[in-house]
Amino acid sequence: MSPQINLEEQFQAKIDAEIKIEPKDWMPDAYRKTLVRQISQHAHSEIVGMLPEGNWLTRAPSLKRKATLLAKVQDEAGHGLYLYSAVETLGVTRLQTIEDLISGKAKYSSIFNYPTLTWADMGAIGWLVDGAAIMNQVPLCRASYGPYARAMVRVCKEESFHQRQGYEIMMTLASGSAEQKEMAQDALNRWWWPAIMMFGPTDAESANTEQSVKWKIKRHTNDELRQKFIDATVPQAEYIGLTIPDKDLKWNEEKGMYDFGPIDWDEFWNVVKGNGPCNKQRLEARRNAHTEGAWVRDAASAYAEKRAKRAASKVA
Amino acid sequence: MNIALHTDIQQALCNYVLQLADTNLILGQRICEWCGHGPILEQDIALSNIGLDLLGQTRSLYQYAATLQGESKTEDDLAFLRSERQFKNLLLAEQPNGDFGYTVLRQFLYEAFQLLLLDRLKNSSDQQLAAIAEKSLIETTYHYKWSAEWVIRLGDGTDESKSRIQKSVNEIWTYTGEMFIPSVDEQTLTSAGIIPDVTNLKEEWLHKVTEVFAEATLDMPDNNGWMQRGGKTGVHTEHLGYMLAEMQYLQRQYPGQKW
Repeated sequence: MSPQINLEEQFQAKIDAEIKIEPKDWMPDAYRKTLVRQISQHAHSEIVGMLPEGNWLTRAPSLKRKATLLAKVQDEAGHGLYLYSAVETLGVTRLQTIEDLISGKAKYSSIFNYPTLTWADMGAIGWLVDGAAIMNQVPLCRASYGPYARAMVRVCKEESFHQRQGYEIMMTLASGSAEQKEMAQDALNRWWWPAIMMFGPTDAESANTEQSVKWKIKRHTNDELRQKFIDATVPQAEYIGLTIPDKDLKWNEEKGMYDFGPIDWDEFWNVVKGNGPCNKQRLEARRNAHTEGAWVRDAASAYAEKRAKRAASKVA
Repeated sequence: MNIALHTDIQQALCNYVLQLADTNLILGQRICEWCGHGPILEQDIALSNIGLDLLGQTRSLYQYAATLQGESKTEDDLAFLRSERQFKNLLLAEQPNGDFGYTVLRQFLYEAFQLLLLDRLKNSSDQQLAAIAEKSLIETTYHYKWSAEWVIRLGDGTDESKSRIQKSVNEIWTYTGEMFIPSVDEQTLTSAGIIPDVTNLKEEWLHKVTEVFAEATLDMPDNNGWMQRGGKTGVHTEHLGYMLAEMQYLQRQYPGQKW
């Protein structure tokens, strides 16, 4: 038996025994690569995800809503920060990771390439987008890679708070004036399908699922999570009197779950490829923040260096 | 105290609390514009923190102003249903963000003043104002420290950062004088012993600013130059109208709704 095979077997044995893999442990290159790709995509989604909601900060309809939204968007920045740090434990610096985003090389969740057109979109995003994110992320709290799993514990707590806030916005609008209810229904119509596409391609088409399940980076398949999300969300919509925009949606008594209509995968792949309504704007906003902030980062390093030199000369 | 005088003071106090609230709200609104666009993730988060504190202070102050008014208005009525000429915020607060340096400088100049003001207001004979000031002071102390550190970092950083922030100093300076020119309401309250005389805070403020600028290797502007004024009496720069149009649009378009 070659030493390499032995290491791989030991590694898999640890995973099978639910022992966490830590940064300094041996791991297969492909495991490391998969994690870097997945965690950095997640980090970028948090950071790009600040933009569509940030779009409504200056227009929030009450001081309380404004403060809550600002706190939410700030939480997303915090999530990005933990996740960039988790990527760093795998040997890729934050700067490299960010450069991969702004060069267009790295991906982020396509949902953020849709525009936020009305205030109700703040409700729909919290309720549906954060709701879908929780379905994806709760199992990640048990992911085999320690730093990722631990970051996700905190992320999930905050996400579930966001989901409730979003639902509460929708509930308020749905029980408000006719115009407000229409605003809420319109937001649900626009966000529903993109939200259920967030779980990714169907299991038959998903390239990464099998290996990731074996490595316990992933615990459920895309289709399982999507179904779980739909089953949880449909009654929530009914409760506040909104209609899910899917004429094929029907409770299947036999299976004990909802049947739903066909997903427009052409749209999904188009948005992934960069043709969504806001792909260009989102990337440009991140690129501008990065390039226009360069002088600030340079100044901070220059100042830190000067200070260190002054301190050293004092000691001398 | 006779009843007529009492009513005058109550009116002045209400106007003054609105003035404090408006400045925090407008500055908080400007800070919201940064969210998601900051130069460094940690600083994006720090700015949002300051914005959240300012919004929190705004809400306490509006709630108090509404009580003083006694017209059963809410904090949101005061924020979303008053017009340009009714807003009493400092002109400094409504100035556009500019670059990150301009934003931190604007914050620094305001927080240096707030630090001195709140330190006195926390002992105000008006208990509610004193309580709000005491709570705000803890937050302001952090805002002051954060913004002063950034002024120093940018001033004593690279040639580019120094020239950028020096330019901002020279541009913004004309909006700092207003803090120390008391409005009629401030004069009334000072005479009644409820708030300090802001003219007396100027020297200490200049001292703080001079110290930080010295460490930042920045030149102090000519302090005898003309100072813009008008914010406290509702005569603003052209920027405020756009800010309110954006901020108030939902409340204006769908009057009387719950959100």
